[in-house]
Amino acid sequence: MSWEVVIGLEVHLQLATESKIFSGSSTRFGAEPNTQASAVDLAMPGMLPVLNEQAVRYAVLFGLGIGAEIGQRSVFDRKNYFYPDLPKGYQISQFEQPIVGRGSFAVTLADGSTKTIGITRAHLEEDAGKSLHDAIPNASGIDLNRAGTPLLEIVSEPDIRSAEEAVAYLKTLHTLVTYLGISDGDMSQGSMRCDINLSLRKPGSTEFGTRTEIKNVNSFRFVERAIASEIERQSDILEEGGVIIQETRLYDAERDETRSMRSKEVANDYRYFPDPDLLPVELSDAYIAEIASTLPELPDAKKARFQAEYGLGEYDASALCDSQALAQFFELTTSRAKDPKLAANWILTDLLGQLNASGVKLQDAPIQPEQLGHLIERIKDNTLSSKMAKQVFEALWQGEAQGNVDQIIEARGLKQVSDSGALEALINEVVANNPEQVAQYQAADDGKRKKLIGFFVGQIMKASKGQANPQLVNQLLNKTLG
Amino acid sequence: MSVTTEQLADVATLARLKLAPEHSQSLTHAFNEILSLVDQLQALELESVKPMAHPRDENQRLRQDLVTESNAREAFQAIAPDAQEGLYVVPPVIE
Repeated sequence: MSWEVVIGLEVHLQLATESKIFSGSSTRFGAEPNTQASAVDLAMPGMLPVLNEQAVRYAVLFGLGIGAEIGQRSVFDRKNYFYPDLPKGYQISQFEQPIVGRGSFAVTLADGSTKTIGITRAHLEEDAGKSLHDAIPNASGIDLNRAGTPLLEIVSEPDIRSAEEAVAYLKTLHTLVTYLGISDGDMSQGSMRCDINLSLRKPGSTEFGTRTEIKNVNSFRFVERAIASEIERQSDILEEGGVIIQETRLYDAERDETRSMRSKEVANDYRYFPDPDLLPVELSDAYIAEIASTLPELPDAKKARFQAEYGLGEYDASALCDSQALAQFFELTTSRAKDPKLAANWILTDLLGQLNASGVKLQDAPIQPEQLGHLIERIKDNTLSSKMAKQVFEALWQGEAQGNVDQIIEARGLKQVSDSGALEALINEVVANNPEQVAQYQAADDGKRKKLIGFFVGQIMKASKGQANPQLVNQLLNKTLG
Repeated sequence: MSVTTEQLADVATLARLKLAPEHSQSLTHAFNEILSLVDQLQALELESVKPMAHPRDENQRLRQDLVTESNAREAFQAIAPDAQEGLYVVPPVIE
């Protein structure tokens, strides 16, 4: 039988603060182990946490971005458990009174339909350190640089029904948080990690089945695969009349399967209670309004504007709004090029193609919007054929002539010849030198002529060293050959 | 409200406390005496009382997002039981 899949996701998002949530240590990624772990992060006796204002601000910004209720009074709690990379023996988190309450956002699926996914809550907490199991023989090594990095845990409602929806949700969330600028969203550095709660039930049933939790999945692809393999595992058990055990599982990417985390078999009881080291956080209306005034244009609004203002199709608008940086690149290019459709094509095809091929990020691209706009301008005024434009693009990428489009055109002698007098001379020469082909052409019917004319165009392009305007050459040839 | 010796053992596990079997009975008894005080608290009518998160009636002060700590690894690791290659060394933990 087929089962209905019920999924809820918990996303741990690292917030893009300079310092940690409760201490003045740096949060920079990739430092030498334990060089960014202060007495507070190490849980030295007597140390007290002091909350980072920027973390609060980012959490509120997220809440406003998804139209959620903002917890004007929120409380930090201790979540108690033992693990070597958690020096205090508890994690400071929020339990009953989180900073962000209910909200939602819409995700677009592959078939073009949209679905609204509810957000139960989002709360602030501190990250744990890292345990390294193969750095030291017969021991584990603990790096506490990450301990105390601010996290926003975003908990979805169990509204997700498939791996596809889960990935669409995560991608939309990723775009949203990078637009808001609250996280770098770099999944390879663990800036966005995901726990998957998954259960199956008979279609039409209103009760949930027993769920399992898959911990710490850190890429879109692994989320998709972890969900697929867990659905298979659970349905196999249910088909055979078995029962699902509520437990925490790990996704093993190498074997493409989830497996039980044995140490968590004892039902966890985190014994939350309010952290006496921290006072309740009260946010005034004025403070929230001030943060609201800094909300940027969000992806959906930008997409709609790109369609309305620039006449772009749904696909182009969507692709350009994938990141704020790309959308801005497009707008700056267009403001010079005055041709949104052409700008969109060059950015989505040539620029992104080149970026992907060379593994360069947009912010490091050697081509600026102004230069691409200038290049498109030269296509529009017929200076460049599209083939020549690609050469200029290549030259820009290599940083030729300090990126000056006109100088590149000049230096490479790339000007398209659109002077009919000059072209006619060339055409006459080619026609005179190829009497056989001319006779063939004149004897042929229309269908064949279309093929045969290519020979003449090729010869003329060659004679002009690729500079003849191909459209004009075609027109003139038709006239000359009759 | 009262607990059994099994529940006491669970709580001890969660708190990573080693309980000697011969103390189990007497500790359960002591535990339950404390819980009887909780029963008195539970009996209070608190519907109209706002939960108190902290005995001090103040709000959390926030600090500016500035890096104010510098690397003090050497000092911290000098007092650690074991440290190698910049890492704190603990007995192996493998999931």
